[in-house]
Amino acid sequence: MPSSLLKSAREIVRHRTLLGVLVERDLKVRYKRSVLGLFWTMLNPLLMMIVFSVVFAEIFRFSFEHFTIYFLSAFVLWNFVAQTTSWSTACLLGYAPLIRKIYVPAAVFVLATVLSGLVNMLLSLVPLAAIMLVVGHPIRASVMFLPVAILLAVFFAFGLSLLLAGICIEFNDVVQIYQAVLLGWMYLTPIVYPLDIVPNRFRWLIAINPMYYLVEIFRVPIYGGVLPDARLLWRAGLVAIVALGTGWWVFERRADRIAYLV
Amino acid sequence: MPDRLAIDVRNVSVRYTIPHERIPTFKEFAIRWLRGRIVWKEFHALNDVTLLVRAGESLGIIGRNGAGKTTLLKVIARVLRPRAGTVNTAGRVVPLLELGAGFDPELSGRENIFLNGAMLGHSRRYMERRFAEIVAFAGLEEFIDAPLRTYSTGMVARLGFSIATDVEPDVLLIDEVLSVGDVEFQAKCVERMNRFRELGVTFVLVSHALPTVQELCTRVVWIEGGRVQADGPPAEVIAAFTGQAAAPGLMTACATAIG
Repeated sequence: MPSSLLKSAREIVRHRTLLGVLVERDLKVRYKRSVLGLFWTMLNPLLMMIVFSVVFAEIFRFSFEHFTIYFLSAFVLWNFVAQTTSWSTACLLGYAPLIRKIYVPAAVFVLATVLSGLVNMLLSLVPLAAIMLVVGHPIRASVMFLPVAILLAVFFAFGLSLLLAGICIEFNDVVQIYQAVLLGWMYLTPIVYPLDIVPNRFRWLIAINPMYYLVEIFRVPIYGGVLPDARLLWRAGLVAIVALGTGWWVFERRADRIAYLV
Repeated sequence: MPDRLAIDVRNVSVRYTIPHERIPTFKEFAIRWLRGRIVWKEFHALNDVTLLVRAGESLGIIGRNGAGKTTLLKVIARVLRPRAGTVNTAGRVVPLLELGAGFDPELSGRENIFLNGAMLGHSRRYMERRFAEIVAFAGLEEFIDAPLRTYSTGMVARLGFSIATDVEPDVLLIDEVLSVGDVEFQAKCVERMNRFRELGVTFVLVSHALPTVQELCTRVVWIEGGRVQADGPPAEVIAAFTGQAAAPGLMTACATAIG
């Protein structure tokens, strides 16, 4: 199994030019036709944030410092995973004209989807930093840890995307089912509410939620200004690796069927 | 025979799950699975096919619709992985399988050249060097920045052919694409293909146009029901094919095949 994982990885590396072209194409198609162009990427989280901040800070009255930053720092990461995984449910169908005729390992298309989502996420860090400056939340040296948190999130998103892409190619109603799952999943993750409002008897729900760990190790360096503790990091790493391994395994087993199904 | 093999297909079988048996939704799958009503029925597109092609040969593949010709081509191109058997090819295999293979209609002709080049394994820098020549051969200088969806079928085919044959491949797979494009472009294609032949490029051509096959190929394989029915010099195999296809009850199939 590790040797065939290595083989797939090598296949992907061999197609890196294609990966670059696909990511570029994705970003172009997404922004070319909108007047605001690239600014839209940054404006979108900004608008989102205003809505959520008003709803949760003003209406629900969570009384802690800089709720906006608490929420946004988690939401940026959540949004990355949610967006890329839901794009990937449809990505193989979208690329069907390419898959049917020229041999390219199909995982390249899934990875391209994840990477273009990553570009989006990195761009949305710019308005986040701007807002932190405006509200006067300190940006500490702990943000140097973010590349690690982002890398783990990419592993997780890629793994889950592979799994979903492999299933959706056969059962296209999973695309809709997954949208519903995402909605529930987001509210089961402490993104818009603090962990301590969750009653003890429901804490296990948080503990088994992989997104909790990935979100926390991303939020803590930004909002808390400290490094995440080792226990959290260890678990985040574990869920990322397990997701990647499982997703890759399922996808690889279905890879032969993909050209028949698209 | 000292020649090396360009294509080595041994005992290859391909099975499709036939369309009306496909269960498209998870809901239906779950319901049928609970009722124990899933029937796996398969259609054998290729059955134990062995095909050895020497470097420099021009092979024509003929047969009726649905006989498995395109499937065989896709197997050689590695687009489909066979369920059984092995496929080996030597060198760079360039497939020209369908119109607009590896193109994105939303992107411009220029962007598509880079996309298609990347799919064929070329670097960006390499494509930049070849760009002008590709556009010139396709004769699309004026339209290169327009989105591909605005192109006519002939224009798309010209661009595809131009990219695929810009560098001399080791093996070129062609599926019925030469019939498009105007007379002038067809002449250019034939000229380029003749040059390739002199250079020793291996061709595999799938076509219903029997005269073209007879003219271009040095060897013809007739596929029938997923098996190799005949394999030999063009004139003999084509004669056997037309003779069999013209047998009573098969007139319609013949008309479709040749028309």
